[in-house]
Amino acid sequence: MGAAGAPDDGGMVIIGAGQAGLQVAESLRAEGYGGPVTLIGDEPHAPYHRPPLSKAMLCGDADEAQLTIRGPEALERKGIALVTGVAVASVDRAARCVRLVDGRTLGYRGLAFATGSRARPLPVPGAELEGVLALRSLDDARRIAAALEAAGRVVVIGGGFIGLEVAAAARKHGRAVTVLEAADRLLARVAAPPVSEFFATLHAAHGVTLELDAAVTAVEGAGGRVSGVRTADGRMHPADLVVVGVGIIPNTELAQACGLECDRGIVVDACARTSDPLVVAAGDCTARRVGDGLLRLESVQNAVEQGKSAAAALLGKERPFTAAPWFWSDQYDVKLQMVGLSAGHDRVAVRGSVAGQRFSVFYFRGGDLVAIDSVNRAPDHMLGRKLLDKAVAVTPEQAADEGFALATLVR
Amino acid sequence: MAKVTFIEHGGAEQVVDIPEGWTVMQGAVRNGVEGIEAECGGSCACATCHCYVEEEFLDRLAPPSQTEEEMLDSTASERRPNSRLSCQIKVTSALDGLVVRLPEAQS
Repeated sequence: MGAAGAPDDGGMVIIGAGQAGLQVAESLRAEGYGGPVTLIGDEPHAPYHRPPLSKAMLCGDADEAQLTIRGPEALERKGIALVTGVAVASVDRAARCVRLVDGRTLGYRGLAFATGSRARPLPVPGAELEGVLALRSLDDARRIAAALEAAGRVVVIGGGFIGLEVAAAARKHGRAVTVLEAADRLLARVAAPPVSEFFATLHAAHGVTLELDAAVTAVEGAGGRVSGVRTADGRMHPADLVVVGVGIIPNTELAQACGLECDRGIVVDACARTSDPLVVAAGDCTARRVGDGLLRLESVQNAVEQGKSAAAALLGKERPFTAAPWFWSDQYDVKLQMVGLSAGHDRVAVRGSVAGQRFSVFYFRGGDLVAIDSVNRAPDHMLGRKLLDKAVAVTPEQAADEGFALATLVR
Repeated sequence: MAKVTFIEHGGAEQVVDIPEGWTVMQGAVRNGVEGIEAECGGSCACATCHCYVEEEFLDRLAPPSQTEEEMLDSTASERRPNSRLSCQIKVTSALDGLVVRLPEAQS
């Protein structure tokens, strides 16, 4: 297996071959590191783009090979040893080595955790029935895509991004779709009420049945196969396919077992450093210290930026990730782009037309702009990243006035 | 399959065979072409797969969508008349021999 050698060979080992792990590996090379780099993934695939799994792949617009971020040959040319389909059994920080489940041991000079996250299981009876699926990996997406071919009725549990993107794809396949959401609005954890309302209207217009305040009590089935979902009001929602999208759990077990500080994620600073100077972490598996609190982000940007920070940190450099968080979602012909964190806002201003499906919601807290959610308004989003990163003063009146060119504020 | 030549800002060239139906971005990243980041994986959401298409091929491409058009206004390197996002260029046999130049910066 090429670059991986005996313990203490001084190489860099990265656990997890997703977006974050790949970024650490390639940034180590970009930073000029010439020693061995080993990227270990437990999935049988080369690093791939995860966002299209719930979008292009379910809609039939992309096949698996098209999702590859970097093929094995390209990694080989960069001197990055890719190990796929093998999980890490344990990390011994005292001996500076990683043990793989196949018995191999790899020594390290620097170690990166990019272990990602897994789908949160549905804690109700029947969740294990055939036809109940979660979407996290390429293999998951393959199973759901196949099931969508045959399913007449689809029930999606969870009105977050994954659930709504799956619902949109299922409607595109012409399936009857019901979304069951436990909260009183869609996207409750990640978006503010005006955006939640917009997406509720959008999905209803596309024929999706939305059930809010819907507490799922059981998944029911016959002969081991799902037949429907029972909610607390006693109703049964018939289904041939149930897709569960109720959040993720960061994969912190390996880090915890070797004594690293974990708290809803592997705790890192702005430079992706853990409590051990030889160990960094990046992506979904982390919780970043910000002030007195911890910030958990589940996004490509977080994986990429922390990956760059982590590689720099392994080489003794400080490259803090401080940019405003950004995210996007595609549903039907609507593109939502979000930047900043809207939690705790006390005022909103709407720019554009909600009815025309082309608007941005600007969020303010104590007079400061803190976030922008843009629906089919990419320029607002791209400009918003600059406004937030440079802490430019914007008033709600300016934000709401389409006659006012916000771009003049960042020149 | 179409042969696509990528010319990095520094002048280095890489020729990649890209299957029909793939996007130019997908062929580039899979083969490790430097200078295309494509953070969003092809959703037209990040403008980090910006390229300059050689003039002779421009009219063989489907015109940019409104979203692409808008994202092109936010590229890190200057937008030119031949600017496109490579994640929005679908490869067809008509694009065999396509040459794209990559900008100095993507982010």
